[in-house]
Amino acid sequence: MEAYSDQRERALETTPAAGPHHADHQHQFDSAAQQYDASTLGMWVFLVTEIMFFGGVFTMYVAYRAAYPGAFGHASNHLNLTLGAINTAVLIASSLTMALAVHSSQMGKRSALVTYLLLTMLLGSVFLGIKGVEYAHKFEEGLVPGPGFTYSGPDANQAQLFFSLYFAMTGLHALHMVIGLVLMAVLVLQARKGRYTKLYHTPIEISGLYWHFVDIVWIFLFPLLYLIARHE
Amino acid sequence: MEAVEPRTNYLNADYGIKSWLLTKDHKRIAVLYLVSITVMFILGGVFALLVRLELLTPGPDLMSSDTYNKVFTMHGIIMVFFFLIPSIPAVLGNFLIPLMIGARDLAFPRINLLSWYIYMVGGIITLVAMVAGGVDTGWTFYTPYSTAVSNTNVIPTAVGIFISGFSSILTGLNFIVTIHRMRAPGLTWFRLPLFVWAHYATSLIMILGTPVVAVTILLVAMERVFNLAIFDPTRGGDPLLFQHLFWFYSHPAVYIMILPPMGVMSELVTCFSRKRVFGYNFIAVSSLAIALLGFLVWAHHMFVTGMSIYAALIFSFLSFAVAIPSAVKVFNWTATLYKGSISYDAPMLYAFGFIGLFTIGGLTGLFLASLGTDVHLTDTYFVVAHFHYIMVGGAIMGYLGGIHFWWPKISGRMYPEAPARVAAVIVFIGFNLTFFPQFILGYLGMPRRYHYYPDEFQVLNVMSTAGATILGLGYLLPLTYLIWSLRYGAHASANPWNATGLEWTTPSPPPTENFHETPIVTHDAYDYEDFDFETVPLQEVKVG
Repeated sequence: MEAYSDQRERALETTPAAGPHHADHQHQFDSAAQQYDASTLGMWVFLVTEIMFFGGVFTMYVAYRAAYPGAFGHASNHLNLTLGAINTAVLIASSLTMALAVHSSQMGKRSALVTYLLLTMLLGSVFLGIKGVEYAHKFEEGLVPGPGFTYSGPDANQAQLFFSLYFAMTGLHALHMVIGLVLMAVLVLQARKGRYTKLYHTPIEISGLYWHFVDIVWIFLFPLLYLIARHE
Repeated sequence: MEAVEPRTNYLNADYGIKSWLLTKDHKRIAVLYLVSITVMFILGGVFALLVRLELLTPGPDLMSSDTYNKVFTMHGIIMVFFFLIPSIPAVLGNFLIPLMIGARDLAFPRINLLSWYIYMVGGIITLVAMVAGGVDTGWTFYTPYSTAVSNTNVIPTAVGIFISGFSSILTGLNFIVTIHRMRAPGLTWFRLPLFVWAHYATSLIMILGTPVVAVTILLVAMERVFNLAIFDPTRGGDPLLFQHLFWFYSHPAVYIMILPPMGVMSELVTCFSRKRVFGYNFIAVSSLAIALLGFLVWAHHMFVTGMSIYAALIFSFLSFAVAIPSAVKVFNWTATLYKGSISYDAPMLYAFGFIGLFTIGGLTGLFLASLGTDVHLTDTYFVVAHFHYIMVGGAIMGYLGGIHFWWPKISGRMYPEAPARVAAVIVFIGFNLTFFPQFILGYLGMPRRYHYYPDEFQVLNVMSTAGATILGLGYLLPLTYLIWSLRYGAHASANPWNATGLEWTTPSPPPTENFHETPIVTHDAYDYEDFDFETVPLQEVKVG
């Protein structure tokens, strides 16, 4: 919130100087402050749509978890708790580096901005790599829904439902991570060109909002899929 | 008032195909949408006529049962996802919202253009799926038929609809941010035209509902591709869960279709009765109430699925509750007409048509919201008639009324009034002849989605098909004379209707920047009694 009002204040102060012909100022806006407000609100509204998007799958999960608590508990034992926990830590760390990237852009530190963005991308890639290893294990163990599903525990059908949700939810989350990585690659290229200054860094801020959102989704996915009612 | 012809406007500011395909001007994007949804409307209309033609006789004679299933499916998919949902918002909303709030453009012009491209990609994928064999699940994609049984092109169609959903989401997002952040000085929330309020409410549904159906349809496709178990009853999945999630969007989607024409109504009724709207605040807030309540009624599509009777009671009650804000609007328009100086120009004829047909559509909705009656009427032609009274009698009447009303602003030309009035009457007659018999058919028990029916139903079906033919001709008329008017119509003045609203203070067609200087608003909306139209502050037109 502080960062928000910060840039807005600066934008307000500098509007007359920046003027309507400032390179970053789009013609439909009266002022840089209005542009900043609109961009930020736009990203928040977009995140609302994302909450509804994931909300749909979370609803499915809740319905089936309530219907088949035992089967889901057993099936969740087949997830690798260690890798999941490591991934959670990796993702939280990436949120930190993203926050630092936003901070650097607000301070106008270009090289720090690039470094933190690259670090965030690295952590995001590590997450996806670990996720890939986990997926590979599931294929080897025959835990992928479909004709090849070989599950030894009780309620194999409902377990298949659990793994359907596991792949759907983590898959959609991973897709959002990939989109985030592409976004950040663009930001890095632009940042190196000096596109973002102390006065104009809205894309960094709103991409940060997106990245934190994707992290938060995982913060819900991890306990729902890995932690609840494990029966060793 | 003399016609003011600006030397440059958004239409002649630039020429060539590239200047259209790469435009970021909301007015040009609105025109792109206008052309594309018209093509879709014609396609969907052809499928509708095929359905009606097949139903002329009690047995199959034009097509096989499988083909019939595909034809009504394509009619539904095209009309719902590719015509009705984008119709008023993407065309009139896109064109008018910035003009009505005194802005130079929407908040995100590039995203606006992107939404059109997404719409086109989704539309083309769906049409390719159609040409390659079609899909037979009905527009509702009910599981497990869509996931495990149907061997038609479910996946590409689902992907096409999934993609086009994002165009709707982006349009809604753009409108919300624009209405929040881009209003001209003095234009407070309760001075906004009710058209804008209606689109704000519509946008809320677009951003809250569309993602849910997107992920649901995506999972249907994934279930077919990757063999997931989510809606598969043989592996513990629940097909009804699909229906819940589908209707969580698809019922509010009806309000995406009907709220914008309600916004159009408020503009037309006030302008053509020369009166301030009755109960502005109530109409504005009723739009939000419809959007909110619309999210709480979805299970009334599922009363016969064996859901909990207590849940059904609540959903029935809430469905009745939606009638309240809807009735508020109808009563307020009627009160606006009271003692107004009413003129019967073509847009107003459509407005009268809307009020009558929407009222019938809304009241028959209450039959279906009643638990006992619904058991008798579920999946009959009564339902078909009911939602066509809303979606065709309401939404398309409102759309045509709006297109006529703002045609001078969009094209800079007047449409010919006499054929327009005739067309409005033909559409009204054709519509009622098509769909009123279907209420009776449904009440007598004719199920929807079959092309066999008992012989005694033939008279009513012949009436319906005859009506559809008249309706089709009624739709061809505006298509013809509106295109004609582009070349031969009289030049339109800035404010041919003597209407209030900022869009009428700028030349027709508007310049690319909409206003030469940002307007300052000092009046409430629809200030018809106190407004001296001879001195409407027309934006100064710079020539040369």
